[in-house]
Amino acid sequence: MRSPRDLADARPGPAFTVTLDGREIEALPGQTVAAALWTAGITSWRTTRGAGRPRGVFCGIGVCFDCLVTVNDRPNQRACLVPLNPGDAIRTQEGTGHDE
Amino acid sequence: MTSERPHLAVIGAGPAGLAATVAAASHGVRVTLVDASAEAGGQFYRQPAAELRARRPQALHHGWRTWELLRDELRTHVRAGLVRHLSDHHVWCVERRRTAAGAGPGFTVHALLGPEQQDPAEVRADAVLLATGGYEKVLPFPGWTLPGVVTAGGAQAMLKGTLTVGGRTAVVAGTGPLLLPVATGLAAAGVDVAALVESAAPKAFVRRARALAAEPGKVAEGARYAAELLGHRVRLLAGHTVVEAHGAERLEAVTVAALDPDGRVRPGTGRRIPCDTLAVGHGMLPHTDLAETLGCRLDGPDVHADDEQRTDVPGVWAAGETTGIGGAALALAEGHIAGRSAAARLHGTEPDPDEWAAATRTRTRLRAFFAALDAVHAPPAHWTEQVTDDTVVCRCEEVTGGEIRAAVKDLGAADLRTVKLLTRAGMGWCQGRVCGPAVAGLTGCGSTASRRPFARPVPLGVLARAGETEDLEWNP
Ligand SMILES: Cc1cc2nc3c(=O)[nH]c(=O)nc-3n(C[C@H](O)[C@H](O)[C@H](O)COP(=O)(O)OP(=O)(O)OC[C@H]3O[C@@H](n4cnc5c(N)ncnc54)[C@H](O)[C@@H]3O)c2cc1C
Ligand code: FES
Repeated sequence: MRSPRDLADARPGPAFTVTLDGREIEALPGQTVAAALWTAGITSWRTTRGAGRPRGVFCGIGVCFDCLVTVNDRPNQRACLVPLNPGDAIRTQEGTGHDE
Repeated sequence: MTSERPHLAVIGAGPAGLAATVAAASHGVRVTLVDASAEAGGQFYRQPAAELRARRPQALHHGWRTWELLRDELRTHVRAGLVRHLSDHHVWCVERRRTAAGAGPGFTVHALLGPEQQDPAEVRADAVLLATGGYEKVLPFPGWTLPGVVTAGGAQAMLKGTLTVGGRTAVVAGTGPLLLPVATGLAAAGVDVAALVESAAPKAFVRRARALAAEPGKVAEGARYAAELLGHRVRLLAGHTVVEAHGAERLEAVTVAALDPDGRVRPGTGRRIPCDTLAVGHGMLPHTDLAETLGCRLDGPDVHADDEQRTDVPGVWAAGETTGIGGAALALAEGHIAGRSAAARLHGTEPDPDEWAAATRTRTRLRAFFAALDAVHAPPAHWTEQVTDDTVVCRCEEVTGGEIRAAVKDLGAADLRTVKLLTRAGMGWCQGRVCGPAVAGLTGCGSTASRRPFARPVPLGVLARAGETEDLEWNP
């Protein structure tokens, strides 16, 4: 399959590793949390406070707050805005992110 | 001496803010351009993150030449010390400041730094220009909260900004001109676009043919997109709408159905299309929070602006989609006018509108064109009939259609504020930005200005210290 990176002829620096709930996934320099998760085939990383339903990206620009995620123990970060650094620990967020 | 020049703060580095910055700086004004993103460009010229090192970002763009010109002019002014560009600055409030008698108005722009938005920064300026653009409106339907359902603009933003797509097979649906670049963008990036579902019927275009044909460049642009879609074998279903998104934990398929001329779903026309991505949008809404806290008058959902793009608050200009939705070319024209007007007035002179007559003509033409387009792309008249009682309407607080209807029918709510108090719809993280139009439609209460005190969630510590932080050094 043709990829957007091929289309834009992107040559990012070497990939690095971050973890999602302890599982290693690859990320590229410049990628947001959402972009790295999408690239890994993951579309949801949070469950809602009420019905515990899965959520991921919706607006993609920081307006809707659907994509909230815990990054390095800080809950409620917007995955569509936050860029990743090597070694970052992402955790799927349950409820308010302060439930445990 | 740059420090003796008047100082304009431009908020938003999209087409409108960029055009305004360049125009004001070329007319002798110092400009601080403040934007939440890491790169200038706004929604239309959204750039891939620099670290992705895209050599051909224009492959995802239209109008690249205009962007290059703007970007180069911005760089020239930054190098000359006339403009500073503060990226990663999320503005949560703009405040009118008391100044010495006769000194004219003064403003403090309060921002939070970086994607985590913890640390505060303040910019003081003699005048402000709001170019904060808009965001997408999506009306609810069963299944729209499933992962894999994204806004059309969101799919576009992820594609342009991060060079990623959410899946392999997409349906692009809703109504409005944004659906065309989104469908062609996804298709060019290798996504199988199973269908473009537009609720407007071809007849609606015929009815407005005259107004639309007055803008041949725009019609040609639409035709180019249509040809590209044909090239990618994307099926176009006009006069259709999505009635349901299916899936257990993520999107697996959508059901689309035909609309009758009254905008009702025709029974028995539903068909199921398997897909893992639904990019959906029903038009755009302007960002007006900053204008509202400054006390600027609104015209319906839009910030009111006069011929010079001045709001009714002295010292505050507004340009681009914050004053009404109309695309990048209109935002450029308005930004240019606003920047020129602000420069003249900050120098204490009466501006001569003849000097920007061409931009004025463009603005007049494009506003007429978008008014016609808007009429064509109204959401289906009976969209609320698709919202079942158990459809989630407020995504943040998980309030259903049934609860909202009950607030009106059983509890007697007669305005949006009461509906919000009774149901919590609009009280969550996004402060009703997403569910606002849906709640208004379901209750028949009509949208009112939302009056959010802050444009962004603000840590309490920052609020407590606001006004005590040092003004950011002008250090170009
Ligand atoms: C997600 C999305 C994608 C879009 N993609 C396309 C497209 O591909 N093609 C197309 O023709 N049209 C697209 N549009 C329509 C687009 O809005 C206009 O064509 C055009 O970009 C409007 O220009 P503007 O300068 O008015 O606003 P924008 O381009 O929206 O620029 C506004 C800028 O203000 C900044 N901003 C807003 N609020 C704040 C704040 N509080 N603090 C700091 N900064 C702030 C934003 O970061 C942004 O950079 C898209 C719209 C959206 C919402
Ligand atoms: S997807 Fe809407 S805030 Fe991130």
